[in-house]
Amino acid sequence: MNKQIIISPSPHVHSGQSVEKLMYGVIIALLPALLVSIFFYGKGAIAVTLISVASCIIFEFLIQKYILKTQVRIHDGSAIVTGMLLAFNLPSNLPWWIIVIGALVSIGIAKMTFGGIGNNPFNPALVGRVFLLVSFPAHMTTNFPYPQGISTPYISHIDGFSGATPLGIIKEGFKNGKSITELIGDVPSYTDMFIGKLNGSLGEIAGAALLLGLIYMLIRRIITWHIPVSVVGSFFLFISVLWIFSIDGHNIIMAKTSLNIPYISYTNNEGALVPFHMADPVFHMVSGGLFLGAFFMATDYVTSPMVPKAMIIFGVGIGIITGLIRIFGAYPEGISFAILIMNGFVPLMNRYIKPKRFGQTN
Amino acid sequence: MLKTFTLGGVHPPENKLSAKEIIKELDIPENVTVPLAMHLGVPAKPVVEKGYPVKTGQLIAKGDGFVSANIHSPVSGKVLKIDKALDVSGYKKDAIFINTEGDEWIETIDRSAEIIKDFNLSPEEIVNKINDAGIVGLGGATFPSHVKLSVPRGKKAEYLLINGVECEPYLTSDHAVMLERSEELMVGISILKKALKVNKAFIGIEVNKPDAIEKLSNIAQEFKGISVQPLEVKYPQGGEKQLIKAVLSREVPSGGLPIDVGVVVFNVGTSLAVYEAIQKNKPLFERVVTVTGKSLQKPSNFKVRIGTPLIKLIEAAGGLPEDTGKIINGGPMMGKALSSAEVPVIKGSSGILILKREESARKEVGPCIRCTMCVKVCPMGLEPYLLMTMSEKALYESLEKEKIMDCIECGSCSYICPANRPMLDYIRLGKNQVGKIIRERKK
Repeated sequence: MNKQIIISPSPHVHSGQSVEKLMYGVIIALLPALLVSIFFYGKGAIAVTLISVASCIIFEFLIQKYILKTQVRIHDGSAIVTGMLLAFNLPSNLPWWIIVIGALVSIGIAKMTFGGIGNNPFNPALVGRVFLLVSFPAHMTTNFPYPQGISTPYISHIDGFSGATPLGIIKEGFKNGKSITELIGDVPSYTDMFIGKLNGSLGEIAGAALLLGLIYMLIRRIITWHIPVSVVGSFFLFISVLWIFSIDGHNIIMAKTSLNIPYISYTNNEGALVPFHMADPVFHMVSGGLFLGAFFMATDYVTSPMVPKAMIIFGVGIGIITGLIRIFGAYPEGISFAILIMNGFVPLMNRYIKPKRFGQTN
Repeated sequence: MLKTFTLGGVHPPENKLSAKEIIKELDIPENVTVPLAMHLGVPAKPVVEKGYPVKTGQLIAKGDGFVSANIHSPVSGKVLKIDKALDVSGYKKDAIFINTEGDEWIETIDRSAEIIKDFNLSPEEIVNKINDAGIVGLGGATFPSHVKLSVPRGKKAEYLLINGVECEPYLTSDHAVMLERSEELMVGISILKKALKVNKAFIGIEVNKPDAIEKLSNIAQEFKGISVQPLEVKYPQGGEKQLIKAVLSREVPSGGLPIDVGVVVFNVGTSLAVYEAIQKNKPLFERVVTVTGKSLQKPSNFKVRIGTPLIKLIEAAGGLPEDTGKIINGGPMMGKALSSAEVPVIKGSSGILILKREESARKEVGPCIRCTMCVKVCPMGLEPYLLMTMSEKALYESLEKEKIMDCIECGSCSYICPANRPMLDYIRLGKNQVGKIIRERKK
């Protein structure tokens, strides 16, 4: 009789699925957006991504090996994903040392302090991004480079060649009492924004490419539709409803259908009654980080709920909070904050929202 | 759209290597070891002693109480001893050892090849005869069949479901029975229908066995109230609750039995045994066993006597390969890894699977990344990742609330986990403890 025989409980076979395969699947899904970014921003997009990914891997390695003294797991690909996502949330002209700080916060504080992969309550890349946003506001809010083509060098701070994002322009304009018709000429066309020809964070610009990545992840069954659809769907509905009651929505609906929907007015700081201004829902869909957030950040396994029902609640929460911040908040874009806020509710949802049990009687 | 169950499920590679193999009768071994506990419930009590001469089919141990089953001698010869023997459970348990001499059957068994279709026993007589013949569920659960046929007061059976799913990868014994013993199988099903006083029986078969679906559908036309239900291929469709959901869209309530939704389920092998017991007076002492594995020379379906050492089957299939890593009683998803190939075939042995060493080793376990795959594949709607953590931390009260006792141990969670987490191992430990607590409370 063979002495080397193995005895272990069933099942005796495994699907061959692995964390590496899933992570490299996400990386592949991110590549189209990276290529579009390189096409419009040139070497800056490459440099920022490389610096971010390399620092994330190095920090994870150093912390696992020398501080936690645990098994080094950089091969699982999760640090690469975090690095790519952090880079995607940064302008392509950001100085290298700020990127390194972002990576240190993402990996060191948001991920490893909680015990590494699987244990962090908040999305590491977003924690890094928000840390940089509040620490270096000049670099992170009004200094996004304009798309100038593939040969653009990686130089930080090119004055005159950078500015606020379309969302920022609109927000600032409304604050100064301008109307949407005056502002719309200052932002790119919707088609340009959808393909990525606008200024913004390097990975968020390419809506079409991100959509391609989403389809890939759905086909490979890396993620399910619940979170992306509920984020984008609830955001669109919420923005649409608000827009209908804004002066801009009122004017367009009036012109097209002669329906007289009342619009909201409010008293501003100077005591004057002013109408409520808002960009239309399509503008909000194609600008900002909605797709990047909904497809790649909110769907992060570790920081999203375990059950479909909870995923939809999580997604709707993100969609509405994003809308609230964009329209009423101080920042032009709110998806990062929205995801982090909803991340905080995930343990609670996992505890109280249960899957449909077989043979449940009630 | 093909019918299937709605919650969870996985698609392991089917690997039905022996699907085209006709059933071959294996030589009667020189010695057999017949365990007294080959069924769920109380072990049988021997009615023979050392030195007794026995004939093939003779009663050698009597069922002890209601939930127990008779055992008949699978060979003719002399009782060598009654002693402890290692069985497929991995424990040493009481068994009757018999030395084979010739093959003399008891006279009452009809050994002719003729298929007898007519029967006119009353339901009670059928159940008694099935009880006498020692028939248990041959799908692997080995629940005594007469117990299932005795519908408790206040419950009513509406449908008989015949399980021809064989969703375990590699195994083909049920498939072979459906193809080669189709007519007898149908008579067996008619007998079970009468015993349960139901008008309608469905045979659930997955579409990866189109020949069986076609053949049985054709023959079913001659039999009243029996129809074949083709099903989408998905593991664990052969689970009783999943099969009922797939065929009848009924959900057995948590903690309940199929009879609670008016259904009784029997395996195809069991139905054939019922035919033989009622129409041929033949007790259950032999069965069809698949011997399979990628490294095996001749994956086969054998008809063997209960008590035959597994190694005899493996030898007949080309011998135990050099690089064997695991010998499994049953399929790869729910079967049991054995410590020895000398253990005997029992009533519940549907297959023996040989895995190569490289197929046998488990992969390195990583931390849970909360990918939700285990939740998605669980056919009972449980959260395996959570049950594993709670079992590790011995949170038995929470485990009970999280319905750990509903787990059917199909292994889909451990199979799919990208971090190779041994969820089912821990869930079994938790189930064991929670089961103990529930039993204590009932006292």
